[in-house]
Amino acid sequence: MRPSRKLTITGLALLVALLAASSATRARVDQLRAGASLEEILYLSSPKVVKRVSLGYDGLAADIYWTRAVQYFGGKHHTGATQYRLLAPLLEITTYLDPHLTVAYEFGANFLSPAPPNGAGMPDRAVRLVEHGIENNPDDWKLYYELGFIYYWELHDYKQAAEAFERGSQRPGAHPFLKVLAAKMAQNAGEIETARMLWITTFESSHDQQVRENAAAHLRALQVDQDVTDLENALQQYRQKTGRAAESLRDLIVAGLLRELPVDPTGRPYRLTADGRIEVREPDDLPFINKGTPLGYQQPLAPVLKP
Amino acid sequence: MNSRIAHIASNTFREAVRDRVLYNLIAFALLLVGAAILVGQISLDVERLVVINLGLTAVSLFGVVIAIFIGIGLVSKEIEKRTLYTVLSRPVRRWEFIVGKFFGLAGTLLVNATLMAIGVFGALFYVSHQLQKADAWVLVALYFIILQFLIITALALLFSSFSSPLLSAVFAFSLFVIGSFSEDLRGFAAMTQGLTRWLATGAAYLVPNFSAFNVISSVAHGVPVPAQLVLYNSLYAVFYAAMVLCGAVVIFEHRNLK
Repeated sequence: MRPSRKLTITGLALLVALLAASSATRARVDQLRAGASLEEILYLSSPKVVKRVSLGYDGLAADIYWTRAVQYFGGKHHTGATQYRLLAPLLEITTYLDPHLTVAYEFGANFLSPAPPNGAGMPDRAVRLVEHGIENNPDDWKLYYELGFIYYWELHDYKQAAEAFERGSQRPGAHPFLKVLAAKMAQNAGEIETARMLWITTFESSHDQQVRENAAAHLRALQVDQDVTDLENALQQYRQKTGRAAESLRDLIVAGLLRELPVDPTGRPYRLTADGRIEVREPDDLPFINKGTPLGYQQPLAPVLKP
Repeated sequence: MNSRIAHIASNTFREAVRDRVLYNLIAFALLLVGAAILVGQISLDVERLVVINLGLTAVSLFGVVIAIFIGIGLVSKEIEKRTLYTVLSRPVRRWEFIVGKFFGLAGTLLVNATLMAIGVFGALFYVSHQLQKADAWVLVALYFIILQFLIITALALLFSSFSSPLLSAVFAFSLFVIGSFSEDLRGFAAMTQGLTRWLATGAAYLVPNFSAFNVISSVAHGVPVPAQLVLYNSLYAVFYAAMVLCGAVVIFEHRNLK
């Protein structure tokens, strides 16, 4: 029996039409269940149970959980969320399934420790995660660096930070800055130069573009903080020298307190406001700055990082 | 439905019953009764949850297994036993044969799921001594499970129309697993860029989306299912199953049966 041509054409046309119809309804279902795959429910919260359920395929299960953790963090971070309830359990399950997945400790700690909106604001869980990583990967110097970083940047516990950097500096292939950082923690912990060194180490030791962009943004922010501090000092010196406030930054050049008009890392000149404060012109282009922002300025929920 | 399709459907149903497919109900009943009694004794205040979660999961898994293992043999078995030639020598068109088989198996699964649903509600009544208003959502979850069966039946039939039973089972089961992760697939697609994004999004739309049919956990907690989700899930299941059936019909129409 020869296949009916009419039936074939009708069948194929119907197939295409139904594919379009099912895709359209599928899109509608997806809209109704937006974020369903990232629901705030972790059906299996015990890493041990997940490991058993994975039937020995723990490597693959760890990769899937890691991807879910990234997706969860990325999705919530994009919307400026302040709560990341599932992040720590997802990372703990991932690293229990594959304790040698060092990327999960390094990036995971970066997701967990910064205060919202840049992270989950859980530095203690980040410390636990990285300690677990160190237990299982004692020769990976980056984990010690990560640990020291959290102690320094988020917890301001410079003694613990120094100890972590010191331990890391003794591991094979460690970045030479670790030794210096361990020493600096004791005397110059709160200084901008120490912070700069930390971010330079991050920038140089990572191949990931996003991590490098983040480090570069922090370095630019540190530069602004330093510039604004220097300019404020110069303004004060001007006041002491002349007995009046400077009207523009040019006054500082005329008084010999500045050599040229300073520009921020984006190339735009700093501005002296009428009430005597120093401001950057486009604060949105300089995320993470602590100084030089206009009064009442709110940092964007998801800052745009530039290379 | 024309009478030839109805005849093939009723024969498929009778054949499934003769193959003792409904024996799975005994295993299901034992599982449910055992769980209801056991959990009541060893746990605290989760009897209702366990009965709904376990009951609906069992309805779904038993049905999926039946749909795949009966579905994959629907065409190939008829060819192997040479009964297909007898059927097609009568005034029955090939597409009618496929559609009839689909409705026959879907009917079997519907009867099976209905009997299991009675069991679930019986067990619920046993553990709570009454039925609550929120238990009505269990019916919606059951309806979604049946919609899921329609898609799986169509897929098993599609593979059965051109492949061996073993490969068909592998294909159908793989698609079931992939389809259960389809929302993750869409999520991963959204994270990529360029050509990869287009390909991954296309794949996410092409594979069946079973995750949207799974509301077991939420109905166990008495969370209502939005009416719009019921509507669009119904439309999606009908469109997708019909699309797959069209594929099966076109392939079977061109298959050389000599």
